[in-house]
Amino acid sequence: MKYLDEYRDGRIARALLGEIRRTATRPWVVMEVCGGQTHSILRHGIDRLLPPEVELVHGPGCPVCVTSLEMIDKAHAVAAQADVIFCSFGDMLRVPGSRGDLLSLKGRGADVRVVYAPLDCLRIARDNPDKRVVFFGIGFETTAPANALAIRRARLEGVANFSMLVSHVLVPPAITAILQSSQNRVQAFLGPGHVCAVMGYREYEPIAAAYGVPIVVTGFEPVDLLQGVLLAVRQLETGRHAVENQYARVLGRDGNAAAQRLIFEVFEVTDRKWRGVGAIPKSGYRLRHEYRAHDAERLFEVQDIQTHESDVCISGQVLKGVKRPTDCPAFGKECTPQRPLGATMVSAEGACAAYFSYGRRPAPEPAGLPAR
Amino acid sequence: MCLAIPGRVAELFDRKGLRMAKVDFAGVRRECCLEYVPEAVLGDYVLVHVGFALSVIDEEEARRTYRLFEEMGQLAELQADQPEP
Repeated sequence: MKYLDEYRDGRIARALLGEIRRTATRPWVVMEVCGGQTHSILRHGIDRLLPPEVELVHGPGCPVCVTSLEMIDKAHAVAAQADVIFCSFGDMLRVPGSRGDLLSLKGRGADVRVVYAPLDCLRIARDNPDKRVVFFGIGFETTAPANALAIRRARLEGVANFSMLVSHVLVPPAITAILQSSQNRVQAFLGPGHVCAVMGYREYEPIAAAYGVPIVVTGFEPVDLLQGVLLAVRQLETGRHAVENQYARVLGRDGNAAAQRLIFEVFEVTDRKWRGVGAIPKSGYRLRHEYRAHDAERLFEVQDIQTHESDVCISGQVLKGVKRPTDCPAFGKECTPQRPLGATMVSAEGACAAYFSYGRRPAPEPAGLPAR
Repeated sequence: MCLAIPGRVAELFDRKGLRMAKVDFAGVRRECCLEYVPEAVLGDYVLVHVGFALSVIDEEEARRTYRLFEEMGQLAELQADQPEP
């Protein structure tokens, strides 16, 4: 496939790895923010191919993983109502809430449907005028234009029975929260290529300057990721800390102006709670007041949500890059993609799911210790 | 969630005032909304995410990067032929 195959060329990957090996003279910690990048890194074994000086840690760029437990439980409460058709991207259906996941709710008779694109929900709403159709609008900035358009079309076309449960999250505040943490070891970031295709990368410049960290906006194919790492390591070795664009074939500094205009017509910035991480100010989007007729959070009064997290799950620490999935005592044992304890094991972009699917296992216990 | 792949704009059409396209992904065609890439024309490659095109791929930029990679690749082959120091 054009614009994909070239970026999977093994010969070029080897050349980039050689260059990284020659460039890195001391240990560095680099974080890739986006879950899609995490998966690509693990799938292609990039973490194992890099020289020992370069340590990759995984960030919270998995919107399924960071959707707050309160929001998941709210989604349950809405989906359980008899006149509701609840629509969502596939991954969200298997995220454990306080009382099971949406898929098991579907098994008990709730009308829960997987959709590929938010616009599909408008068709479902028109086809089912006696039902209330609710779409679970999660995602980073990448998905916001699609969700904004669906809302705008609903209003334009008078689809009154369609609403959205919005839980968008934003990358720059997450990067700032990681850098402000006392446990932070991250010295450079691979920036999220598709988020930046929408938003551009101007917002990252003050972060790079204030914290002295290089941020290289990077794509998703193995060659992209290796070039991103090389550019980051070159900056670290020479004491620079600028925002660089590895993914120039897809995006420029200003991003997509048309998409941004629509996002801000429909959404406004709000504080958001990130599962496992905590509340981050101004880190999400919510629907503007003018669009309240399509705002499921306002339309559905859900009282007394009592959340209950797994005692064992360390998703939060994995999302901040402080622990690896293999550090978790439940990894691969009580917690697998078939029976996930936390969101990072569910999502196609979660670090735990990636580690499990691509065969990363904890180091075996030394001989002589009693079996558990 | 941030999975977006490049495809070629094969057909353009309008649906209820929305600019749409049939985008070709190595032979598989899917409908895609072009509202955010008004400049996209037939034959352009666009990056598609959840049924929406987010940007038009810059062919010249891609070529430039690829030339750089090619040089690195050829250099690596030359070095591979030489014995390790």
